Amino acid sequence: MRSVTPLIAVLRAAALVVLVVAVAACSRNGAGGGTGVGNLGPGGGAPGSQQEFLVSVGDRVFFETDSSSLTPTAMATLDKQAQWLNRYTNYRILIEGHADERGTREYNIALGARRGSIVVNYLVSKGVDQRRITTKSFGKERPVAICNDISCWSQNRRAVTVVQ
Amino acid sequence: MKMTLITRRNALKLGLAGGAFALATPSQALVEIVVTGGNFTPLPIAIPDFASSDPSFGAEIAQIVRDNLKRSGLFVPLDPASLPIRVGDVTNEPDFASWRTASVDALVMGSVERGAEVASQVRVWDTQASAQVVGKSYKTDAQNYRRIAHIVSDAIYASLSGGSGYFDTRILYVAESGPKANRVKRLAIMDQDGFNVQYLSSGKALTLTPRLSPNGASVAYTSYEDGNPQVYVAGLGGASKKLINGAPMSFAPRFAPDGGSVVFSVSNGGTTNIYQAGVGGGNPTQLTSGAAIDTSPCYAPDGSRIVFESDRGGSPQLYIMGAGGGGAQRVSYGEGSYSTPVWSPDGTLIAYTRQSGGQFHIGIMKPDGSGERILSSSGQVQEGPTWAPNSRVIGFFREPGGDAGPSLHSIDIWGRNELNLKTETFASDPSWSPLRA
Repeated sequence: MRSVTPLIAVLRAAALVVLVVAVAACSRNGAGGGTGVGNLGPGGGAPGSQQEFLVSVGDRVFFETDSSSLTPTAMATLDKQAQWLNRYTNYRILIEGHADERGTREYNIALGARRGSIVVNYLVSKGVDQRRITTKSFGKERPVAICNDISCWSQNRRAVTVVQ
Repeated sequence: MKMTLITRRNALKLGLAGGAFALATPSQALVEIVVTGGNFTPLPIAIPDFASSDPSFGAEIAQIVRDNLKRSGLFVPLDPASLPIRVGDVTNEPDFASWRTASVDALVMGSVERGAEVASQVRVWDTQASAQVVGKSYKTDAQNYRRIAHIVSDAIYASLSGGSGYFDTRILYVAESGPKANRVKRLAIMDQDGFNVQYLSSGKALTLTPRLSPNGASVAYTSYEDGNPQVYVAGLGGASKKLINGAPMSFAPRFAPDGGSVVFSVSNGGTTNIYQAGVGGGNPTQLTSGAAIDTSPCYAPDGSRIVFESDRGGSPQLYIMGAGGGGAQRVSYGEGSYSTPVWSPDGTLIAYTRQSGGQFHIGIMKPDGSGERILSSSGQVQEGPTWAPNSRVIGFFREPGGDAGPSLHSIDIWGRNELNLKTETFASDPSWSPLRA
């Protein structure tokens, strides 16, 4: 059995992945057409950058078991997300809904869809343009924390806001 | 996938060659297994190697038969080295006295030859009654010689256990590989005993919950190849086609008993409802409505009703509605939640996943909700029951959690004889085929 991956390490790893993707996107889409090479900046990233969204705003909210209700903590995170998204309107937004593994596969796809939808509705209620947003449910197919107890399950019951 | 089939439909009752021995009247079934509850004793059965011009082939076929019968939990094949004779004889009546002396009540004598096709003859004898229980001959394609052993196994099982067999079947499943956080999942199919594995999809996109059509020739499944989960249908090993267009997400497909349509879930704006659509395309019909999650639909074998799971009352529970939708009645009332209902092929039972007390249970109940019986309980995730075609055995999968992967299991409806079905990869989402044509 693997030890519990601390949340912060998971976030850091996720941040790295997203940043690499962002750099790759730059190299494909850059106006100059040259090769894009970026150095990873320290701290929370430049204002308006995907890294800033990830580190300073927070890209995910967590849910209780078999619930799609937003906790006060989740609402606070989504408030910050909405503020940021309303300032940087050039990004498209993908909301991924996820469930932990303690449920059946099909129900969890539906539960992930419901969680994603709750987040979309909240962001729209805070002024984010619905036309920027798409959703996707992964059910229990893409856990981020891998172990067999509640410390992981609670991190996997999540909705992730991906700016792209 | 091509196969020239000389099928069980062409099975012949073995005639008697020139009156070499008198056919006894049909057995009074002294050796028949009476399966009425969990307390029965498996039947000892003697299966000498099959007579063959290739003795090692005859031994191999007999061993496949022994392994099948042993795995059913209803039979105990005796050590072939301990038997009065080592090779079967289908042309003469057995020396019943010597078999009785060896304490053998049920005796199988077989022969098999392999040429352009594989041909086998088998007689099942009741040594107490000195009577033949069954005598048949079968042929099958030489490319897949193991089938002849499965067909023979089904004949033995059916003649002695009062139910039809389930050995000449296959299991469709999801083969899993790679780390848990980025699992590769592809469709695979194998014989029920784990042989002849074929992989049907590349694994580029997540593929989930494959279900065989009633004739075993097509599959409906959920795939992420479009980004979001969508239902696809395909001939086995053939090209796939998205079932419907325009749904944000569709999943949880199952074929109607006539194979002409599929029932499935659509998620849209956080609500999940059940729809039905023809496999040839056309507009889907919406069968449930409301803000709840309605999913995992499954037809009754006569096509008249659909059982599904819904959290409209709070926790997920099982409901039954007419095949055209509407009038859903709740049928599960136990503690916890109920999911993934699957109607038995004979229509008498519904198998499901139940979560309660921190455990996952595989259970069965009658369609009116009575007679609930939990067959298997685990603290690990286990779910996804599927029925063998004789309505006596259920397959499911269990997932230990962490980075380990799931495995396939089976158990009988009496809660006995849980087996691990060996696969060469991690495996989940089994779908048991009907008896092959």
